[in-house]
Amino acid sequence: MEKTNMNSRNEAPNFPRGTKLLGKWNRNVYHILKPLGRGATGIVYLADSKYGKVALKIGHNSMSITSEVNVLKHFGKVQGQILGPSFIDTDDCIVRGQKHPFYVMEYLQGVPVFDHLKEHGNEWAPVFMVQLLGDLSRLHRAGWVFGDLKPENLLITGPPYRVRWLDVGGTTIKGRAIKEYTEFYDRGYWGIGDRKADEQYDLFAAGMIFIHLIEKKRFEKGNDGKQTLMTCLERNEQLRPYRHWLKKMVQGSFQDAEAARTDLMKFIAKREDRHRKVDQSARPKRRKKMRKKAQKQPALVGIVDLVLVIAFLLITSVLYLVGQMI
Amino acid sequence: MSKGTLKQILLLTDGCSNDGGDPAAIAALAREENITVNVIGVLEEGSLNEEAYDEIDKIATAGGGISQVVYMKQLAKTVQMVTRQAMTQTLQGVVNKELSQILGREQEWDDLSPEKRGEVMEVVDDLGERVDFEVVILVDASASMRNKLRTVQEALVDLSISMDSRGGSNYYTLLTFPGKRNDTDIIKGWTSGITGLSGLFDKISVGGITPTGPAIQAAIQQFQSRKRRSMISYGEDEYELEERGS
Repeated sequence: MEKTNMNSRNEAPNFPRGTKLLGKWNRNVYHILKPLGRGATGIVYLADSKYGKVALKIGHNSMSITSEVNVLKHFGKVQGQILGPSFIDTDDCIVRGQKHPFYVMEYLQGVPVFDHLKEHGNEWAPVFMVQLLGDLSRLHRAGWVFGDLKPENLLITGPPYRVRWLDVGGTTIKGRAIKEYTEFYDRGYWGIGDRKADEQYDLFAAGMIFIHLIEKKRFEKGNDGKQTLMTCLERNEQLRPYRHWLKKMVQGSFQDAEAARTDLMKFIAKREDRHRKVDQSARPKRRKKMRKKAQKQPALVGIVDLVLVIAFLLITSVLYLVGQMI
Repeated sequence: MSKGTLKQILLLTDGCSNDGGDPAAIAALAREENITVNVIGVLEEGSLNEEAYDEIDKIATAGGGISQVVYMKQLAKTVQMVTRQAMTQTLQGVVNKELSQILGREQEWDDLSPEKRGEVMEVVDDLGERVDFEVVILVDASASMRNKLRTVQEALVDLSISMDSRGGSNYYTLLTFPGKRNDTDIIKGWTSGITGLSGLFDKISVGGITPTGPAIQAAIQQFQSRKRRSMISYGEDEYELEERGS
């Protein structure tokens, strides 16, 4: 939806820096600082408030804003680690005679995933995958499916570096139809399954994110979506080691996110191990050289020994003879 | 609350009607029959016809639906989004009506506090998942649409993937206009899935005129003929539903 032409009256308003928003119901005041991003359902601004710096999403459609607030509130109820940004407030404001619904959430500071990989290297991609799968597992256990999973909806906070969810608007109760999706990460688009919210729907999207992070670009499905994907996994040097895991991700072979996470962890460990073995097989060469040197040394030592023994024997025999003579 | 049936007409067109009167007037009639009319304007990159834009907007407004103008590439996703949004909007209207009945006064969505809205939205979401859905897909097959029909077909298959992922039942019928002899041709009668559509558009005749109004009229009649038929085979239908439920 990012590029579609919406009727102008449907668009969320553009607020200049310093715009003051007053909530109609809760009477909280927000000062707009700058826009942070533009989504399918509205614009997210950085704002100043009595809660400190917050992210404020203002929309044109009261229903979708309400839906997102519902999801954010449910996220708060998912026990343990905080999964998405935490929810702060929701209200209506009137600007230039027009009523706009908005909601306020925690402002997460971080960098987009791609920027992080550019700076710190692709080896972070599997690490973020493991983190993401852990979060997905917790979300799924609470009865929800993320839905619109894509790099744009992820942010890297820290250090310590941690992947976080930005936009939770597409989150759907398990078993229902997915509300929001982006074609490249949608298994329906690739002809690999339906749009029913289940664990495997998110795992497909997560697999596609990994492909996108390494491949650095999205591509189209062509005539046979599945075939296009499989070819990509074989063709890309950096993806090939992960192809078995990725195939399981996109084909929905993992029972749940935890199984996918364990499998990836095992693979990473094995890879590390192999790296270590490669190091070890390099080491013996060095040792052989050392052994060669060592083999030379005994010969030398032998000669010295012999000379010493002979000298010792000579000296003792000379001393003995001298002793006899006295 | 009974889960009921939602009725929609989905009109895909790229230009202005030039035959058979004002399509917005017919769309207003559809609305009286509790049928929502959604319009998607299919454009080629770089072309934007103000007049077409205006007509598309007017039909949807009169028909209580949603309109959106898109380029070919985004068609599949837009069809799905518009259908879904219109569904939610209609359901919200229904829930609103029930609310004001329960509360005994005119209480509109916007007058509710954000907290109450959240609760109502949960009901709407739940209904959207379970409600039965009937849609007449009305495709403009005038000459300028010819090279767009393949994309339209893909978009429709995509729509069925989304709708069939819901809990409620889905029925579709596909009409093109202008027809060979009448205003419209029925390409596919009422069916519960649009998969297996490939090649359907190959055989259709592409005409010069664009009778959008009469086409919407024909779409309204499709709902009436379905109602009559389902009343005759009522027992059978019920059996089918039960089977799906188990």
